[in-house]
Amino acid sequence: MTDDELIWRIAGGSGDGIASTSQNFAKALMRSGLNVFTHRHYPSRIRGGHTYTEIRVSSEKVKSRGDGYNFLLALGDSFARNPKEGAYYGNEEIKPLSENLDELREGGVIVYDSGLLDASEIEDFDERVEANNWHVYDLDLRSMAREHGREVMRNTAGVGVTCALAGIDTDWIEDLMTDAMPEKILEPNLEILHEAYELVQDEYDVDAHDVKVPEGEHDEEQVLLSGSDAIAYGSIDEGCRFIAGYPMTPWTEVFTILCQNFPKIGGISEQVEDEIAAAALAVGASHAGVKAMSGSSGGGFALMGEPLGLAEMTETPIVLIEAMRAGPSTGMPTKPEQADLEHVLYSSQGDSQRVVFAPGTVEEAYDQTRQAFKIAYEYQIPSLILYDQKLGGELMNVPASHFDRDPNPDLGSVLTEAELEDAPHSDTGKYQRFQHDVKDGVSPRSIPGQKGGRYLATGNEHTPEGHIAETPENRVAQMNRRLQKQEAIRAYLDDLEDGHQTYHGDDDAEYGLLTFGSQQGTVEEAVDVLVDQGYSVKSLGVSDMMPYPVEEVTEFLESVDEALVIEMNASAQFRGLTQKELGRYGEKLSSLLKYNGNPFEPADIVEGFKTTIIKGDDLQGLETKFVPAAGD
Amino acid sequence: MSAFNAIGDGRDVDQNEFTPGLEPQPTWCPGCGDFGVLKALKGASAELGRTPDEILLTTGIGCSGKLNSYFESYGFHTLHGRSLPIARAAKLANPGLEVVAAGGDGDGYGIGGNHFMHTARENHDMTYIVFNNEIFGLTKGQTSPTSPKGHKSKTQPSGSAKDPIRPLSLALTSGASYVARTAAVNPNQAKEIIIEAMEHDGFAHIDFLTQCPTWNKDARQYVPYIDVQDSDDYDFDVNDRREAAAMMAEVEDALHEGTVLTGRFYVDEDRPSYQQEKRAIGEIPEEPLAERYFDDSYEWERSADHFLDKHK
Ligand SMILES: Cc1ncc(C[n+]2csc(CCOP(=O)(O)OP(=O)(O)O)c2C)c(N)n1
Ligand code: SF4
Ligand SMILES: [Mg+2]
Repeated sequence: MTDDELIWRIAGGSGDGIASTSQNFAKALMRSGLNVFTHRHYPSRIRGGHTYTEIRVSSEKVKSRGDGYNFLLALGDSFARNPKEGAYYGNEEIKPLSENLDELREGGVIVYDSGLLDASEIEDFDERVEANNWHVYDLDLRSMAREHGREVMRNTAGVGVTCALAGIDTDWIEDLMTDAMPEKILEPNLEILHEAYELVQDEYDVDAHDVKVPEGEHDEEQVLLSGSDAIAYGSIDEGCRFIAGYPMTPWTEVFTILCQNFPKIGGISEQVEDEIAAAALAVGASHAGVKAMSGSSGGGFALMGEPLGLAEMTETPIVLIEAMRAGPSTGMPTKPEQADLEHVLYSSQGDSQRVVFAPGTVEEAYDQTRQAFKIAYEYQIPSLILYDQKLGGELMNVPASHFDRDPNPDLGSVLTEAELEDAPHSDTGKYQRFQHDVKDGVSPRSIPGQKGGRYLATGNEHTPEGHIAETPENRVAQMNRRLQKQEAIRAYLDDLEDGHQTYHGDDDAEYGLLTFGSQQGTVEEAVDVLVDQGYSVKSLGVSDMMPYPVEEVTEFLESVDEALVIEMNASAQFRGLTQKELGRYGEKLSSLLKYNGNPFEPADIVEGFKTTIIKGDDLQGLETKFVPAAGD
Repeated sequence: MSAFNAIGDGRDVDQNEFTPGLEPQPTWCPGCGDFGVLKALKGASAELGRTPDEILLTTGIGCSGKLNSYFESYGFHTLHGRSLPIARAAKLANPGLEVVAAGGDGDGYGIGGNHFMHTARENHDMTYIVFNNEIFGLTKGQTSPTSPKGHKSKTQPSGSAKDPIRPLSLALTSGASYVARTAAVNPNQAKEIIIEAMEHDGFAHIDFLTQCPTWNKDARQYVPYIDVQDSDDYDFDVNDRREAAAMMAEVEDALHEGTVLTGRFYVDEDRPSYQQEKRAIGEIPEEPLAERYFDDSYEWERSADHFLDKHK
């Protein structure tokens, strides 16, 4: 955390256009040469309910949301159901202002729409303003918007005010609005932008506070992307052209992006009756020779257990995406959590035979989705991408060149008709698609419709031709062959130039922070803060959940005295997996857990580390929970 | 140039080609109706000139699900109730395939009922054969969704309190564009109906009465049967949805009163198949998607060229 950053929070009601305004604003700042990172907070409702988006802006690369923020634009919830205090949801209208004060840093700026909000309804507002040295600007944004266009354009007025107060050149905003808005609404929006900007410039002291946008410059072109975008584009670039799904937050984002884009590139998308069908369609399409995927979030993924197992048993390549949200059951649909790790590793009967990656960043989401497809089709095994609402929804800028790669539509270990002629068949013409002794356990497949390729695929244990068989010899040979792939895939992953595990900090640091998936950026930021404060800490963000990177994690843990495992769930699933895979380190690993619906902030980790590992105290409070190492 | 040269081969096919060398003799019980489906399917496939390499036969789990162990073709023995979603995706991926799905009454009308409804609704171009023996065969004789009310079994010791499902009516209201019932005891009609179903462009549902002498001894062997198209007693327009609906209701009631009515009950040749509908709105490529992966000259689209601009 530095002071040389702007963390802008725009708050309003869901349905007030917060998401699109903030996305445009973030993009404008990115174009101006800055690095941005967004964090969304929203309720599971269509309209109404307090929501905000935070944009962290810095000249340095930003990997995480910050600790608190320093600029609030409170628009008021125009869809508030019940403005009366004491109603079920409380006074909703005022929430965008009242609910956001706790995290506003000292010396911060508050802009609120006095057309909708009345600060005097908030208890002790003036006292808190004074005590925290906040700078308050109340402007009637609503009237300003109404004068030139429609009320919803008050978001633009708010952006204009922000520019004036934080020293942002409105040219960037203008350019972006010109790109993003249809002509009809562009004119009034530009008028509002300028009027708001000039009004503040002329009538307010914009230098009364020191919350200003930093200066920055990129050395190459950037794009603003979310993890969901990256997963979708990784799929496209790896030749996936078939998706089947059923909507469920937050996986719906990936599903939507591909449903919208596939028709433009000759792909097929199917919204089907349920998630059992969705995963089964992916299996069917892949069986028939297409690169296919499906996905869901926790509850929908539970329904996919059987088709997933079928893909394992029939060795049908598929990629499944699992976007975690807080569980159990319907849980908290719009809140992130990392509690589906075990669900994804083990659901479906029998011994798991799958690949699971949990990317930590937008770039990793793209890269690992591509690897997931490549491995699925090369090794004929289901591959899963495990992520969450946090990684899926956060936008950050990434060099455009990261996506400038060759496509790979290769179907993997598949034979052509010509190759089938020389391939082993049973006496009566069935192709031996499941041969016992093959390299890396991979027996190439044929595709229905190919001459000379017919075989039986079945979820029952089967002979080389795919006929049902239960003899012990065949059973053991087939099981061992299928399991052998795990070793081959691990060796392949270990040989990759850019491995999936991400290291941060000094090699010979004394302490380690271990995490997986979307918490990686936040953990890395915490490492930087701790190092600044004089602690000797490094981190490892693990992405390969199955097959597990035993060597790498062992090496990391051997190199530190103690390690704190950071994850967003209540039962320390990743720590459990690590101990199971490594068969030890019970005494070296303790856990810092968070499962209140909000992802870790760097300060949670910094304070958690100092309190538990350094001082040996227990944690107080609701936000996080400490689980000590065995024997502690 | 196709990568799938078995498709549209058009050569003469002998029905013995569909007898696999590996399991030529089915292990179904003697007298089981499932033999009738196998025989009719072999006959129909041969008569249509489909080769074993161009048929994809997907099945569910049950005695009926063993069909593709005994039928030589590309086969996918899927999960209990899930033959349809697998089948329809394969057809979307490669429309040239002759796709036939098959399974039991428990499989198709019970656990897979949701897929049945939606596959019919969407009118996927494929054939679906339901082996209706009014019982769970493989799991040893429990009451199934088509068992008559009052049916006693180990899991319904006092007799089932449930009315049976109406499979033909369900297919019709769901949207199937070809609905027929045949019986294992009527091999000629069965073969003809399978031929019509395979030739039909859309979802063709065949409720195939297959007696289970092992677990459903009480049930009739579906003899005598009446072919409504051959009988003067039944006059209805098979192309008219309302008349078909009324006829189906009668057929379903009659079965439990001891009269076995078979034949075609609804045929709609005008309704476009799902594949056609989807192509018309630009959501299925002109060339079979599966071919693209074998086409070395295809220029694969990259997200960097097509989708990245809006993120800049
Ligand atoms: C998910 C699931 N539930 C239950 C079973 C057990 N099971 C296998 S076949 C079957 C019922 C078979 O009845 P039906 O579908 O009518 O086929 P039939 O054997 O009569 O041909 C059941 C319950 C299973 N394999 N999978
Ligand atoms: S149990 Fe019934 S359905 Fe199964 S094979 Fe025997 S007779 Fe046929
Ligand atoms: Mg049955």
